[in-house]
Amino acid sequence: MKVLSNYKEGRLTLFLQGELDHHEASEAMRRIARLVDDYLPRDCVVDMGALTFMDSSGIALLLKISRLMAETGGRAWVENARNQPLKVLDASGIDRLIQISTAARA
Amino acid sequence: MKQLNYIKLEFPARSANEGFARAAAAAFAAQTDPTMEELGDIKTAVSEAVTNAIVHAYPDSVGLVQMRLRILEGGVLEVMVRDRGRGIPDVKKAMEPMWSTGGEERSGMGFTIMASFMDSLRVRSAPGKGTAVTMTKRIRTKAGR
Repeated sequence: MKVLSNYKEGRLTLFLQGELDHHEASEAMRRIARLVDDYLPRDCVVDMGALTFMDSSGIALLLKISRLMAETGGRAWVENARNQPLKVLDASGIDRLIQISTAARA
Repeated sequence: MKQLNYIKLEFPARSANEGFARAAAAAFAAQTDPTMEELGDIKTAVSEAVTNAIVHAYPDSVGLVQMRLRILEGGVLEVMVRDRGRGIPDVKKAMEPMWSTGGEERSGMGFTIMASFMDSLRVRSAPGKGTAVTMTKRIRTKAGR
C-alpha cells in the first residue's frame, strides 16, 4: 500500500493506493501522523480512489486521522471511495464520525 | 450439507500472511463463480478473521493459524479460521462493536464486518485452548442473478 500526499492552501490530501489491512496500517498511521504534524492542515482529504481493498483496519486509520485533525481544530473527510472500501465504510457506521463525500457515491 | 470441495491451509501468525490468506480464499472461492461483490465480501471477512487470530491469539509467540474453506451443496461457501492461542474470555463482549483489546490499528469492528458481509457467523472459544470462527455465505448462481 502507498500513501501519497499533496498540500495546498491549508488542505492536505492523502491518496491511499493498493490494499489497506492490519499489516499495512501501522506504517500508514505513522506516515500520516508525520504529515499532519508537518503541515498542521486546516482540512485533510482522504482520497480512496485508488484503494482496491480495505478491512476494518481502514476504519481505525480514519478514526486516527479524525482524532489528529480534531486536536488542532481541523476537519477530515473521505472522497472517491468505491465498491469494497465503500461497503466497509457503510457497514461500520463511521459516517457518523467522519464525512464520506456524497460525490463518491455518484 | 454435502461437501463438494475443500482446502486447508496453515501458516504462522504473522501479519504479512493476512494478504496471502484472503488472496488464497478468493482464488478457491472463484470456482463457485461469485460476483465481484461476493468475492469482495469473502476477502473482507477472511481478512478480519485471520487478523483477529494474528493480533490476539498469541501475544508472546508466533503460533499457527489454520484456515479451511469448503464448498457445500447449494452453492454455500464455508470459511473456518482456527487458532490454538489464548482464547477469548468473553465472546459476547468481544463481538460488541468498537470493543477491542488490539492496538490503535484495530477498530473493534472486525466481528461486525464479518457478520455484515457473510450470511452466518459462529465464534467458539475457550481460554487457553484457542478460537474457531466459522462463517458461511451462499453464492448466488448466475441463473438466479
